[in-house]
Amino acid sequence: MAHAVRSVRHTRSAASRLREFWRLYRRNRAAVMGLLILLCVVVMAATADFIYPGDPFNLAGKPFAPPFGEFLFGTDSLGRDVAAGIVHGSRTSLLIGVVATAAAVTLGTLIGGVTGYYGGWLDDVLMRITEIFQTIPFFVFAILLVAVMKPSIQSIVIAIAVVSWPAVARLARGEFLSMRNREYVQACQVMGLGDARIIFLQILPNTLSPIIVTGSLMVATAILIESALAFLGLSDPNVMSWGFLVGSGRTHLRTAWWMCTFPGVAILLTVLAINLVGEGLNDALNPRIRDR
Amino acid sequence: MSGGAPVLEICNLYVRLPPGADREYAAEDVSLQLHAREILCLVGESGSGKSLTARAVLGLLPRPHVHASGGRILFGSEDLLAVPEARLRETRGAAISMIFQEPMTALNPVMSIGHQIDEVLRVHTAMSRRERLARVMQLLEDVQLPEPARILGAYPHQLSGGQRQRAMIAMALILEPKVLIADEPTTALDVTTQAQILRLIRNLQATHHTTVLFITHDFGVVAEIAHRVAVMQNGRVVESASADQVLNRPTHPYTRELIAAVPALAPRESRKIDAAPVVLAIRELRKTYHTGGGLLSGGGRTVHAARGVSLELRRGETLGVVGESGSGKTTVAHCIVRLLDPDAGEVRLGDTDLCRLSRRQMRPFRRRIQMVFQDPFGSLNPRYKIGRLIAEGPIVHGVDPEAAWMRALELLQLVGLDQRAADRFPHEFSGGQRQRVGIARALALDPEILVADEPVSALDVSVQAQVLRLLADIRDRLHLSMIFITHDLRVAAQVCDSIAVMRHGEVVEYGPTARIFASPRHSYTRELLDSVPGRHWEVPAELSVAGG
Repeated sequence: MAHAVRSVRHTRSAASRLREFWRLYRRNRAAVMGLLILLCVVVMAATADFIYPGDPFNLAGKPFAPPFGEFLFGTDSLGRDVAAGIVHGSRTSLLIGVVATAAAVTLGTLIGGVTGYYGGWLDDVLMRITEIFQTIPFFVFAILLVAVMKPSIQSIVIAIAVVSWPAVARLARGEFLSMRNREYVQACQVMGLGDARIIFLQILPNTLSPIIVTGSLMVATAILIESALAFLGLSDPNVMSWGFLVGSGRTHLRTAWWMCTFPGVAILLTVLAINLVGEGLNDALNPRIRDR
Repeated sequence: MSGGAPVLEICNLYVRLPPGADREYAAEDVSLQLHAREILCLVGESGSGKSLTARAVLGLLPRPHVHASGGRILFGSEDLLAVPEARLRETRGAAISMIFQEPMTALNPVMSIGHQIDEVLRVHTAMSRRERLARVMQLLEDVQLPEPARILGAYPHQLSGGQRQRAMIAMALILEPKVLIADEPTTALDVTTQAQILRLIRNLQATHHTTVLFITHDFGVVAEIAHRVAVMQNGRVVESASADQVLNRPTHPYTRELIAAVPALAPRESRKIDAAPVVLAIRELRKTYHTGGGLLSGGGRTVHAARGVSLELRRGETLGVVGESGSGKTTVAHCIVRLLDPDAGEVRLGDTDLCRLSRRQMRPFRRRIQMVFQDPFGSLNPRYKIGRLIAEGPIVHGVDPEAAWMRALELLQLVGLDQRAADRFPHEFSGGQRQRVGIARALALDPEILVADEPVSALDVSVQAQVLRLLADIRDRLHLSMIFITHDLRVAAQVCDSIAVMRHGEVVEYGPTARIFASPRHSYTRELLDSVPGRHWEVPAELSVAGG
């Protein structure tokens, strides 16, 4: 019976915590706006096959058709529908953004958590390695990685994750370092809890807020890196993406402005939306500014 | 002391708190009179509104959330609540000044002490540079700072806590204010430093003819310094009379309760423990810290936190480890529970030397020594419910989760909390309740030895008494042995069977509590005992309940 009582209370408190979170998040109007835009992009990505069935690489009409005519955003130099490209490209952008960020955050938290908790020589060694990664200009490094591996979705995800994790590791290390000597952690050690248990079940939940905020902003950066790589021709040639659209349209910028403009606006809006959401999360999750 | 019109008069002051606070007014209908050349102590527990009342005088309330909503504060012929901000600014520092609890944060860390004191003169007077320097030097000598010339150019971080508080006092007194407001000025200081600062404030008050409003929570300090006393509870002044009257013949029930909670300095009756077997023996424990000294910066500083500490704990005994900050008492505690690895020495539990064990080998021994921590807010993981916090230890050590949960409920009852507390988060509880949870957590593993590191120093005096009673009760009921670390000799006198006095990482005196209080052998022990605030005052016999 004790169990039943416990679980009921637990769900109620989880729901009330969610409501509290939403109340705090809602205070930031821009963040709500960002969330709406982001939802639109997600819906667009989810329903791409219904809106524009078929392969976006297929020729749809005559080349260089201007926008707002037969085609919403016009066609490109080969007669492909730009709007179809944008809708299908949103899948690539979101997928790469989320997967690469998830990989980078996991790796970064793991390394930062371990170094922050144990300290000592392990901290020295791992942090020097992190610094080596941070001293290489990240975009050049990403280009290098994709060029060495064959350009494909996997290689782009790997490249973005590899250049992004050091920032998370630094952040997580700092958080763990400040938590390591808190009395509640010492209490766990005295009770004989294992290190893994302390790191993941005791400290990690208390450091999650800043990591989530950083992660959400990293999704935006990842989308930008992916677009930039695609713009330079370093993308999977068989996958439609926003960067690819901008890249393929750039030679016709003066005669057919729509080929670059609409994918560019899509990137702009999405990245802006994610940044606004990140800001909103920061406001809602950060207890220091919560009570302002 | 009294006579004539009051220098400062607070009439029916109301200080309003923002909506959603736990009460409507921080100060409610507060009336106080400060007469010339007296020290009025404003006493109360945390949240009683004593600090906000004092801040209202100087217009230092955290506006706009908190503001004075009614009453008058008369200083001379002026109502300080009604005067314009510019006039208030002139009054601050020149006629009424203030010293704070934490001199490190009250002083600007990037300005030298001399510069900060000088600034007060530059703003308020038209003295020449030379006159100002002479005045600053004079004041630094008045507050008995060693080498005033050196202090003048020093930055706050280069001074000790006591020196910083002296510098703050110099700064507050430089314009010869009529009224000095002191907000817990000695709470952050060690007991010997506290005694010096209290003496200093008393002397300066007499020589400079200042009127002092002294805010404190400590009746020992009141006994040391006050001419008159006002006691606050939940925003109201419940009793106001001469110091002698309040300390020795209190009338209001709340005052009586507070004074009864002050631990007596006379040690309680010792119990028979000499025959009991030794459960924990610490021999020649050493621990040295090296700070700074990175890869490129070369040598750092070396601190000897424990230099050959030897102690013995018998079954059922409570051993007090007493010392000021930096004496190494917490280091010893952390070595005993193996939060730290000592450099040398033994911690022998039964036949096993814990210091020789690896982390893995240590784990089965963990449950036999448990710890109660100082900070009731930092020692409980805010993300977990109370029940889970208590049950976690036993579950890790292989107890069935359902049984561990049942045991957690039992323990909550044992430490005097409702069983429903198990389903709530730590932030829903007060400091004293959280400390009870901390004790329940330590007991969950059925330890033989409890190491308590300043378990009551973050608590209000009435709560402190309850928690001390609980600890003693549990120790006797469960036949625990306890190592009790404290800086407070009053607490030590009530709780401990024997006491080890530590200074600079060494045990300078070690023996039965009664003997140490009756005939201290080491000069430092004598100094500590002489520094206990209010040592000449005894809690009136009719009020004191049997402590311990």
